[in-house]
Amino acid sequence: MGKQIILHDIEVPGLASFDVYRKLGGYSSVEKTLKNYTPDQVTAEVKNSGLRGRGGAGFPTGMKWSFIDKSTDNPRYFVCNFDESEPGTFKDRHIGQLNPHQLIEGMILGSYALGAKTSYIYIRGELFYVLCIVEKAIQEAYQNGFLGQNILGSGYSLDLYCHPGAGAYICGEETALIESLEGKRGNPRIKPPFPAVVGLYDCPTVVNNVETIAALPWIMNHGAEAYATIGIGNSKGTKLISACGHIKKPGIYEIELGLPVEEFIYSDEYCGGIRNGNKLKAVVAGGSSVPILPADLILKTAKGEPRLMSYESLAEGGFETGTMLGSGGFIVMDETTCIVKNLLTFARFYHHESCGQCSPCREGTGWLEKILHRIEIGQGTIKDIDLLVYISKHIEGNTICPLGEAAAWPVASAVRHFRHEFEEHVKLQRCPL
Amino acid sequence: MQNTKNKTEFNSETLELINGIIRRYPAGRQKSALLPILHIAQAENNGWLSSEVMDYVASLLEIQPIEVYEVATFYSMFNLQPVGNCMIEVCQTGPCWLNGSDELLVHFEKRLGIKPGETTADGRFSLKTVECLAACGNAPVIQVGTEYHENMTREKADQLISKWQNENKCSHSNPYL
Repeated sequence: MGKQIILHDIEVPGLASFDVYRKLGGYSSVEKTLKNYTPDQVTAEVKNSGLRGRGGAGFPTGMKWSFIDKSTDNPRYFVCNFDESEPGTFKDRHIGQLNPHQLIEGMILGSYALGAKTSYIYIRGELFYVLCIVEKAIQEAYQNGFLGQNILGSGYSLDLYCHPGAGAYICGEETALIESLEGKRGNPRIKPPFPAVVGLYDCPTVVNNVETIAALPWIMNHGAEAYATIGIGNSKGTKLISACGHIKKPGIYEIELGLPVEEFIYSDEYCGGIRNGNKLKAVVAGGSSVPILPADLILKTAKGEPRLMSYESLAEGGFETGTMLGSGGFIVMDETTCIVKNLLTFARFYHHESCGQCSPCREGTGWLEKILHRIEIGQGTIKDIDLLVYISKHIEGNTICPLGEAAAWPVASAVRHFRHEFEEHVKLQRCPL
Repeated sequence: MQNTKNKTEFNSETLELINGIIRRYPAGRQKSALLPILHIAQAENNGWLSSEVMDYVASLLEIQPIEVYEVATFYSMFNLQPVGNCMIEVCQTGPCWLNGSDELLVHFEKRLGIKPGETTADGRFSLKTVECLAACGNAPVIQVGTEYHENMTREKADQLISKWQNENKCSHSNPYL
């Protein structure tokens, strides 16, 4: 097992309570930071750590913070994106449910760095029971002086609240999340302006993922350098990988970035190999939005080098032969899996979750679902396969937010790598599996 | 939620909770409280949002009814038609499908004698399909009210249905309480 930054204490009984968390050294980063660091020094530390957004985009966190507009007297907001909904991704729930104080500690650090006096944790509505756990932890943090007025006598004050969503994947897109937090439909905004300038209530805002925020206490306790020594290349630190599908040990694993994919899938320390003695067929490595790869290309790059769990290595080969680390939602499929049917469930998902603002996405996702359904039940034609690619190409790049790409990439990659399987559906006029 | 003399209103305890939620947002931004309040209103109105309930929420937040309707119609957790006492939501997205959610759904359909989107004649159960519940490691997964039931099997489904029948399960309760 590699270095554990996020999950090091996750199995300690009662960790969700303030007392247990505090005894394990919890909130020490807040004491250290409010005493010894200016907000800009915190941002510099996070920048130097190389931490990247763990929600899926992988944008450098410190850089995102440095864009926040501090030139006006407007309030600034720090918002946690806990709208975890990307199929295959179930890591943030683990943190919120078992270690809510780690998230709160990170929220205090981020809010301090950005100069936010009010911060929100936006939690998907389905996870209301987790929201209640986090709210209880927030109350404890208030009672113990880590939230509220003049925290630890530093002069810095912060209020922190939870806000529930109500069933909309699109609210994981940060501008849609902001709209939703304002009590509106989750329609993404046109960028620019970016939230760092015009965000929540038209004020400068930074939105970060749960896992990103949960890494902050460790970074402030141990320093940017220590964090940056973990990992490989521009993939610094650790990443939570939520592994599911046809593996022996589905679950949430914290890996040091750079771990070989083969080791992750087959080692007993992680997924434990493919269940029922079956063979690996394909992997969706970073949540349903990223390109699917067949077994040979997920284990080795097209150049024949071992594929590593890192932003760079998974992307090696571009979309022709590579994929993305994304959110770390690692979906493993064995030889019994129908690629067309799996893709159909994804297409239905994106059709259901399209906000409907942009016609290429609103209409295109529906067409993709319809055509895939036709092929799956044996009523498709060879032309339909090309039509799928044609539609996905015309969604991509033509929408306000990345949901369009998220819907298009899985389709394009499935046809690229498994075209024979689509053709077999057409020829046999049924699903071959 | 009380419905007296054609008037829909929260009781004083719920109103206190709601006013506390409104205070979480800056003055003049009370519309931000819309989603949390709709969750509460739906739970207290037997699991669905009628136009009377939505109009009442609009009046509480001092916003136009259309601002509530457009939000209520956007989010999948809000039901705009009456539902059964116990709503069973079955996840059907990729990772759950890989682990047998199609068969699980068929099992629920057979046991309850209804299709997704329908309610049993006695009004006790509704069935609904939902997209990814973010618990894929324990697939297949269903949600009932605020409860997740994971690693579902047909046997587990039978046990749960019997249990819910015996206790006359209601999945609509104020999620904050």
